[in-house]
Amino acid sequence: MSSVINFLGQLSTTLSFSITFGTVILFGALGEILTEKGGNLNLGVPGIMYIGAIASLAGALKFEGLVNNPNPILCILVCLLCAFVASALGGLLYAFLTISLRTNQNVTGLTLTIFGTGIGNYIGGSLGSVGTVCAENTSRAVKAYFNTLVIKLDELTGTFKIGSLIFHHGFMVYLAIVLAIVLWFFLNKTRTGLCLRAVGENAATADAAGINVTKYKYLSTCIGAGISGLGGCFYVMEYIDGLWETSATIEALGWLAVALVIFATWKPIRCVWGAYLFGLLSWFYFLIPGLFKGSDKIFQMLPYLFTLLVLIMVSLRRRKEDQPPASLGIPYFREER
Amino acid sequence: MKAPLIRISKRDGISGFKSLMIRVIAVVIALMICVLLTFAFTGRNPIEVLSQMIDGSFMTSKRRWEFLQRTMILTCIAVGLAPAFKMRFWNVGAEGQMLMGGLAAMILMKFCYQLPSLLLLVLMALLAIVFGAIWGMIPGFFKARWNANETLFTLMMNYIATKLVLYFCTIWEGTIGTVKIGTINADSKIPEAYHKGWIGEMFTGNFNDKDYMWVVVIVAAVVILMWAYLRYTKQGFEIAVVGDSENTAKYAGIRVKHVYVRTMAISGAVCGFAGFLAVSAVSRTLTESTADGRGFTAIIVAWLSHTNPFLMVVFSAIYCFMEQAGKQMASVFQLNDYFSKILTGIVLFFILGCEFFTNYYVRFRHSKKEVSKK
Repeated sequence: MSSVINFLGQLSTTLSFSITFGTVILFGALGEILTEKGGNLNLGVPGIMYIGAIASLAGALKFEGLVNNPNPILCILVCLLCAFVASALGGLLYAFLTISLRTNQNVTGLTLTIFGTGIGNYIGGSLGSVGTVCAENTSRAVKAYFNTLVIKLDELTGTFKIGSLIFHHGFMVYLAIVLAIVLWFFLNKTRTGLCLRAVGENAATADAAGINVTKYKYLSTCIGAGISGLGGCFYVMEYIDGLWETSATIEALGWLAVALVIFATWKPIRCVWGAYLFGLLSWFYFLIPGLFKGSDKIFQMLPYLFTLLVLIMVSLRRRKEDQPPASLGIPYFREER
Repeated sequence: MKAPLIRISKRDGISGFKSLMIRVIAVVIALMICVLLTFAFTGRNPIEVLSQMIDGSFMTSKRRWEFLQRTMILTCIAVGLAPAFKMRFWNVGAEGQMLMGGLAAMILMKFCYQLPSLLLLVLMALLAIVFGAIWGMIPGFFKARWNANETLFTLMMNYIATKLVLYFCTIWEGTIGTVKIGTINADSKIPEAYHKGWIGEMFTGNFNDKDYMWVVVIVAAVVILMWAYLRYTKQGFEIAVVGDSENTAKYAGIRVKHVYVRTMAISGAVCGFAGFLAVSAVSRTLTESTADGRGFTAIIVAWLSHTNPFLMVVFSAIYCFMEQAGKQMASVFQLNDYFSKILTGIVLFFILGCEFFTNYYVRFRHSKKEVSKK
């Protein structure tokens, strides 16, 4: 019996980890969905997440240094704003190159990843030695949750600890879910969303219908990049507690976000549970005792394998609603129709 | 009605000299920005910065060989991408194909050291080619059969390969807990295995001086072979036709699906071969960062050189020069290593962006040219 309770405890910890992990890539993927629905395949997501991460950390540090007793809400606003604006600027660079200067999208995106990784790790590494620089107040503000609610729910549900499982997170976890719903509503229920999808499906047709293709593409890329950058902000503030580590972790998460977009077949709501599933797959090996050596690496392979399976299934079944935007990655020049 | 402020029109054609000049100007501007940026961060004299950049690749013999070796391996990967790109097949999976090639080479090196050196090397190269080819053929097959998006497919294959390599690094780790295999066959327990499966130095014949002449010679051969393959063989022609228009290829009786799979096998094979070179001639070990993002960099190189293998050498050299320059400045001016990535990014953005000006005219409203035409 005690082993069962032990397992349940471990399960709830793992699920909680998965949700935190999933939220990082959920932000990245939601931004990328918005970008890709406009027909732009931005492979610069990892770079953009780096830019968002470092911008939020640098902004938070600056703010905490300026003000004596920083207000938590202001802290949150500063770091979110910094992350969003800096990432959107990264998106603007991509948009200017691919839309106005008509460079190749894949190549530009990959360059943006190199550039963003450089900026993030350069500035992050120059802030100070590892572990000494910490945006403590901001991180605490981002991670704050309703303690009483969690304790009460835990008491009510006993060993399952629903409270710690569902409400033991900072507000950004719920912000990501809300964002997914808003994005779904925007894409499927509003006129602007319909126009954006038209641009992504067939830009020439959209142009003929009087839609300003350039404007739509620019806005969707910049705002999408901004949302992806929030993933970097969440990573720094909640996942690693306001510290900076000069590593390739964000890059790996960024590519996972690109995978998630495919896994979710470009649907924001499916993205939410897909993100948690990816998180669970990445932490799953904790739950199984006595695994063979190196098995964690095999488990970490699963999200990519699942994504490949989805990609194959989607192309096999040819259901219209599951397909990528028809002109994804294909540039549009009016005079070359 | 007013004319728009900026008018863009397509050029009919551009002389080779003019397009070269546009690129040179772009690189010069980019370099100036890099120097200014370093100046802003360190306050060093721009001329000193420039000379340090050059020193990074050319100061000592060790750096020159390092520069040559990195250029050639990057070229080899880019050359592997050339047939796929010519077919308009977005192979972004070079990273994974290279790692699989490296994995194949490593396995043979580790377990078949009893074989004669030359035979072992040939077998390693062959197995690396086979592994790379399989890794390339899988997305090629799914694209041909069910039209699965190749960009996303090859991208995912990279991470599966990375995790697979990480798995082998874990089970065969040299020192417990490091997740690193360590230099292969350097183990003192089997002295006769030492140096087996290593490509050594051409000039001195030992394994310590680090001259990478063999890498240079081998990759040069690969470049020439690929150039000839794309230009003079029937298969190269088929690739070009499929790339230009799939329908034309179908009407001409080319088996398009067959060409997809075959070309991706070749593309993956060359990338796998690059993995073999990286393991056998350079690092003599395998880590998950053996490819070190070069699979992605090679995409940029291959794209910029319009699938011309000889131009790939040039662009690889520019890239590696920037990389070494950044590293040098990082160490001399006490900056963080990632500074080189920022500089490389800036140079690449400019080279990418300048392409636009070779393809299009840009005219401003009220420009003199416009008036004289009317």
